[in-house]
Amino acid sequence: MSGDGILRLAGLEPLAIGPDSLFVNVGERTNVTGSRAFAKLILAGDYAGAVEVARQQVGNGAQVIDVNMDEAMLDSRAAMQRFLNLIASEPDIARVPVMIDSSKWDVIEAGLKCVQGKPIVNSISLKEGEASFIAQATKVRRYGAAAIVMAFDEAGQADSLQRRIAVCRRAYDILVDRVGFPPEDIVFDPNVFAIATGIDEHANYAVDFIEATRWIRTHLPHAKVSGGISNVSFSFRGNEPVREAIHTVFLFHAIRAGLTMGIVNAGQLGVYDELDPELRERVEDVVLNRRADATERLVTFAETVKGGGRKVTEDLAWRDEPVEARLAHALVRGIATYIVDDTEEARLAIAERGGKPIEVIEGPLMDGMNVVGDLFGAGKMFLPQVVKSARVMKAAVAHLIPFIEEEKLRAGTAGQSKGLVVMATVKGDVHDIGKNIVGVVLQCNNFDVVDLGVMVPAQKILATARERNADAIGLSGLITPSLEEMAHVAGEMQREGFTVPLLIGGATTSRVHTAVKIAPHYAGPTVYVPDASRAVGVATNLLSSTQRDAFVADVARDYDRVRAQHAAKSGPKLVALEAARANAFTTDWHAHPPAQPAFVGKRPFRNVDLALLVPYIDWGPFFQTWDLAGAFPAILDDPVVGDAARNVHADAKRMLAKIVDGRWLTAHGVAGIWPAASAGDDIVLWDSPARDRAALTWRNLRQQNAKAEGKPHWCLADFVAPAASGADDHVGAFAVTTGIGIERKLDEFARAGDDYSGLMLKALADRLAEAFAEWLHAHVRRELWGYARDETLDTQALLREEYRGIRPAPGYPACPDHAVKGALFELLEADRLGMSITESFAMLPAASVAGFYLAHPDARYFAVGRIGDDQLADFATRSGVTLDDARRRLAPNLG
Amino acid sequence: MQPDRTAQLARLLDQRILVLDGAMGTMIQQCRLGEADFRGGASGHLHAHPHDLAGNNDVLSLTRPETVAEIHDAYLEAGADIIETNTFSATAIAQADYGLEGEARALNRAAAAIARRSADACTARDPSRPRFVAGALGPTNRTASISPDVNDPGARNTSFDALAAAYAEAAEGLIDGGADILLVETVFDTLNAKAALYAMDTVFERRGARLPLFVSGTITDASGRTLSGQTPEAFWNSIRHARPLAVGLNCALGAALMRPYIEEIARVADCYVLCYPNAGLPNPMSDTGYDESPAQTSSLLHEFATSGFVNLVGGCCGTTPAHIRAIAEAVRGLPPRRLPAPAARKAA
Repeated sequence: MSGDGILRLAGLEPLAIGPDSLFVNVGERTNVTGSRAFAKLILAGDYAGAVEVARQQVGNGAQVIDVNMDEAMLDSRAAMQRFLNLIASEPDIARVPVMIDSSKWDVIEAGLKCVQGKPIVNSISLKEGEASFIAQATKVRRYGAAAIVMAFDEAGQADSLQRRIAVCRRAYDILVDRVGFPPEDIVFDPNVFAIATGIDEHANYAVDFIEATRWIRTHLPHAKVSGGISNVSFSFRGNEPVREAIHTVFLFHAIRAGLTMGIVNAGQLGVYDELDPELRERVEDVVLNRRADATERLVTFAETVKGGGRKVTEDLAWRDEPVEARLAHALVRGIATYIVDDTEEARLAIAERGGKPIEVIEGPLMDGMNVVGDLFGAGKMFLPQVVKSARVMKAAVAHLIPFIEEEKLRAGTAGQSKGLVVMATVKGDVHDIGKNIVGVVLQCNNFDVVDLGVMVPAQKILATARERNADAIGLSGLITPSLEEMAHVAGEMQREGFTVPLLIGGATTSRVHTAVKIAPHYAGPTVYVPDASRAVGVATNLLSSTQRDAFVADVARDYDRVRAQHAAKSGPKLVALEAARANAFTTDWHAHPPAQPAFVGKRPFRNVDLALLVPYIDWGPFFQTWDLAGAFPAILDDPVVGDAARNVHADAKRMLAKIVDGRWLTAHGVAGIWPAASAGDDIVLWDSPARDRAALTWRNLRQQNAKAEGKPHWCLADFVAPAASGADDHVGAFAVTTGIGIERKLDEFARAGDDYSGLMLKALADRLAEAFAEWLHAHVRRELWGYARDETLDTQALLREEYRGIRPAPGYPACPDHAVKGALFELLEADRLGMSITESFAMLPAASVAGFYLAHPDARYFAVGRIGDDQLADFATRSGVTLDDARRRLAPNLG
Repeated sequence: MQPDRTAQLARLLDQRILVLDGAMGTMIQQCRLGEADFRGGASGHLHAHPHDLAGNNDVLSLTRPETVAEIHDAYLEAGADIIETNTFSATAIAQADYGLEGEARALNRAAAAIARRSADACTARDPSRPRFVAGALGPTNRTASISPDVNDPGARNTSFDALAAAYAEAAEGLIDGGADILLVETVFDTLNAKAALYAMDTVFERRGARLPLFVSGTITDASGRTLSGQTPEAFWNSIRHARPLAVGLNCALGAALMRPYIEEIARVADCYVLCYPNAGLPNPMSDTGYDESPAQTSSLLHEFATSGFVNLVGGCCGTTPAHIRAIAEAVRGLPPRRLPAPAARKAA
């Protein structure tokens, strides 16, 4: 701990009170025991009015505000919590630290649990003895507060200088030595009592306080002194000018003696030098107890200065501005006081020139909110202030609603609400603070909001939107995977025919991401909302009949530009093709020569026994076909979908037995191995070991996304030895189908109206085709190529691809170009097996799989991802096709 | 409970800048785990859990401990002196969204035990470089200072007591699992953090022993404020009573934009200062969600170190073992920030 003796308080902003600090004003008006007006507001439940009192105090210069709810008619605990929670939402007030003031410990403790800054507790004392004092002080420290320590012990309030000194010394020693309380966090209140009461024993009270202050500051290191200043003038209640003069004089002397802070009416403090000299002299006589008749002389003089008093004022210069500027000022500063009057004035002005009430919102109010947004964006406002602004906006809008309704009635458009927004944090994400704030701000502006909460699946969002007839959907998320989920929701909206606007927000989202990755999935307006302050503007524009089209067009233009820029500046995200090639995966072909195949050429596998394939079935994807989410076999015991999964699995196994036994399907396949070599990013399969005539040239693509150091830019060609290496490499290819004969059975089911069995058969045929591919690959590794004769993987290990080598299929992420399937089928003479491909490179029968075999031990699957225009052009040249054809073939890889 | 290693840490912190680890969350995201992985397979007791668990990274300490350990090992290997447990959201409050509020203590204990094993194994390999485990306590997904209700700025969806209870439970688990340090991090609402610190103090009192505390706030706005509106100095003033061994900032803006705020913390704090920023601002177009390369992040932290701002540096979202390696390299041999000279607390 530092020993600089500085008391470090905090609201939203810090307040350091050190030895050299000026006197600190603690606002006293938010105290039900000291302010009748405040007590009235609280007792009447008028917390809005009570909050205004606090705002005025801070506006008038209070650096801390004292909050006291000790009133017999109140649930003081609840009132303390409620008021502290309310002012926590008022940045103008919450910027200063709070003094939690109560004679009841449970009220203080309740207050301590509501304050994020470092407050001061007012107060603890030795009144109940040491044990309770120590217990309370320990808790105060644990809650992170400073404490006012009253000069009060078991014997009562200290009323003489000697008693004040004794009690304060004892309390200090206990706090510092036994509790470990930081001495700079101790603030003594050596009791301000009323003077000029006519009772002789009271005459020296002010002097004793001042002297006690001086003693504490001299003898108790780092301790501070405070006092409830208004008490001193209690006998002059009703005569504000005199009270103010007494406070001013008393403070002048107490501060010179070392008074650190005082609880005062911050709007009602005079300046010592500006007091009427005669009044000041008589007041000073009383405060400093300078003459026996001081009280009488002041009482006599007081009669002459009665009345008047200082008006509580605030800086109202802004009230002289034009109404638009006043509205903006009120929104930016979050001042609700005049908002209704100003809104009305603006409405009348607009009505006078024939405008509609809604124009107040769309004009000056939105202009004001845009200022708020700009200031927030520039870091000149912070979030609680923005929320505060939204609440003022709400008050203005609330005033306008009846006029708008009336106007609608006249225009025959009554009953139209401002709009309903369905909001959700997307599936897989639980972050919702930002979304909640946007919800608040939208509701403040009379949008209806249906908040679906967190981890909401796309279907639920869309179902709710449809059911509630939503005018817009808002998606939020914080973590990166949420971005994909948002794109998914957008795609689902498109699929289900939605047209309402989609709003995107959340910390990881951005305008670029929305434009490039989300908007393209959805034909409706898709708009990025950078923060809560912009939500109202965006929603208002999107749901306004007059402004929507222009706004949507603007956004679309902007996003087009963003997409164009993004595509153009592949620079930082994509590396040049040359650089990617320079960072290819490399291997030492001499140290690890390619495996020489036992067999070269192609070999058909006709009428393969389906029973042989059944053990190779990967059931995982089967359940996805039925929209059942979960991994196999855990899915069978899933509490939600388990029943359905077990049923469909049981049906599948029954039908599978029939397929196998009844030979419903015929399985044909072909596999081959050819001498091969890589040539740049191409792989050439030669038709003979002479390696002089190409049987097939497979144009591969290389990754171009920016990579971490040490990570290569993958391309399948890198797994095949180039001719120049001198190593004789080979590449395999295969095609299998289990769909032959399926049409006959499907027709049977269709005629019987049995859709379920039809779907089931297709799903099982697909599984069998994949199983065939798995079985055939194992056979090739172990027999035909024979580089893994000792492989002893069980089927689970096979399905996890734990073997050496890969079988990339055209159209999949590692080799996205489908077109090579044509050449592949020709090479394999797949037509002889009843297989063919359509114009768009789909395989027939549908239950077919075709691909290549690469045997390199390091061969792996990867996604080529986005490629640059340089690679596109290079690919077109290599493939001998036009740029447009290449662009069509590789569209998914072109950003 | 681990012995109080405050003195050992302070000695090291006076000698050199210590290195914290990097992101856990974005590293896990990179593993592309599916729902089944999060559930831990058919044999685990969560395989039939009624809520989706994908994305609940904290549950992996129970269901995929080897994945968590691999990430710890990678950071230790990269040069982290202190690794943070995989418990960012492992409070009952944050886990309630997954229906796992009952597992909070177990999650914390398991996560601390995984980190403990990794740290101890690493220390055993090189006893001259002791490694530490910081038990991480995240902010939860609720705010004690901000109203969730449009019509009532005084409303709250959590309370100090609820937060303190959840944090106490998490801390008990972390302590039982073997944490050396408790780290209250990514503080966006200081009242949440104060509840955590209150809970720590209660737990320490109950156990009759303490662990060193680290506290790390998050500046989320361009205005230089926490989400709940505090300036860095106000944040420090509000948590200073807990007497943390180190205070600082993490996450949000990334190092470049964090500079004035870490400078402010370094100016006011009388304890050690830590800083573990994101790898820049979030960029949804990047693979990890963040842009900065190891070279960029480490050069920014290098500058913080040469400016005398920091005693501990590491990384938050989007940083990888490569970032930590670069950071460790960048601050090697640089003098740590000097603590303000302690003065006598009480005159005679």
